[in-house]
Amino acid sequence: TLMIVFLISSLVLYIISLMLTTELTHTSTMDAQEVETVWTILPAVILILIALPSLRILYMMDEITTPTLTLKTMGHQWYWSYEYTDYENLCFDSYMTPPLELDPGELRLLEVDNRVVLPTEMSIRMLISSEDVLHSWTVPSLGVKTDAIPGRLNQATLMTSRPGIYYGQCSEICGA
Amino acid sequence: GAESQKPPPGKWWTPPFDPRFPNQNQTRNCYQNFLDYHRCQKTMKRRGKSAQPCEYYFRVYHSLCPISWVQRWNDQIKEGTFAGKI
Repeated sequence: TLMIVFLISSLVLYIISLMLTTELTHTSTMDAQEVETVWTILPAVILILIALPSLRILYMMDEITTPTLTLKTMGHQWYWSYEYTDYENLCFDSYMTPPLELDPGELRLLEVDNRVVLPTEMSIRMLISSEDVLHSWTVPSLGVKTDAIPGRLNQATLMTSRPGIYYGQCSEICGA
Repeated sequence: GAESQKPPPGKWWTPPFDPRFPNQNQTRNCYQNFLDYHRCQKTMKRRGKSAQPCEYYFRVYHSLCPISWVQRWNDQIKEGTFAGKI
C-alpha cells in the first residue's frame, strides 16, 4: 500500500512542477459565461428531479394505514413461529426444509415445512419479536426487513399486490 | 378478479392504528392494553357492572401480544408476581 502512496504522490508532484515551470502563457481574456450558466443550472435541475420523487417515497414509507390483519412472528433458534390471533389462536412453527429432504425443483435453504399464508391486496400488520436471541425477519421481494428483538415488539406493514410465493432468510447472526 | 374476493369492510377486524403508539416499537401498545383489560375487569367487578366494555382491550392485546408473553403474564398474575399495577 505504501508503494501505491509513493507512486501517486510522486506523480502528482511531477505534474505540479510541470505546471509551475513553463514559459507558455495565455493572455487573451476568456469568456465562458454561457457554458458556465448551463453547467450550473442543468445539474441543479437534474438534482431536483431526483430529489422530489425520492422525498415522496421517503414519506410514503411512513404512511399510516389501517391494517386488515395482524400476523405475529417470533424468532427462535432456528425457526420462526407464526401466530394469527385476530380471531382464534392459530399458531405454528416454520422450519427450513433440510437440503436432503427437498423435492426436485424446490429452492435450497429457502423452502419451509409450513408456509405463511396471507391475503393479497390487503395491508397486513406484522409484529416481529424473538424468544431467545436477535433474529431478523425479511422478505426482500416485499420490501420488508425488521429485527426480531427479545422483549420488544417491532411493527412492519406488508402488502402483496399479486399472488405468489415469496422467500426470505433470517437476516441477523443468531448463534451456532 | 381479486377485487370481488375482498370481504366487505368491517367484516375483518384487527386493532386499529393507536396514535398513542405511532412508531415501530409496539411493545407498550400490547402491554398497555393488557393492563387496561385487567384494570377494567377489576373496576367493573368492584362496581358490580358487566365487564362487556372491557372486551375491546381484550381483543386488542390478544391480537397484538405474543402468546408466550400473555401466558407468562397470566402465570405471574396467578402467582402474585406480576410487576404491573392492576
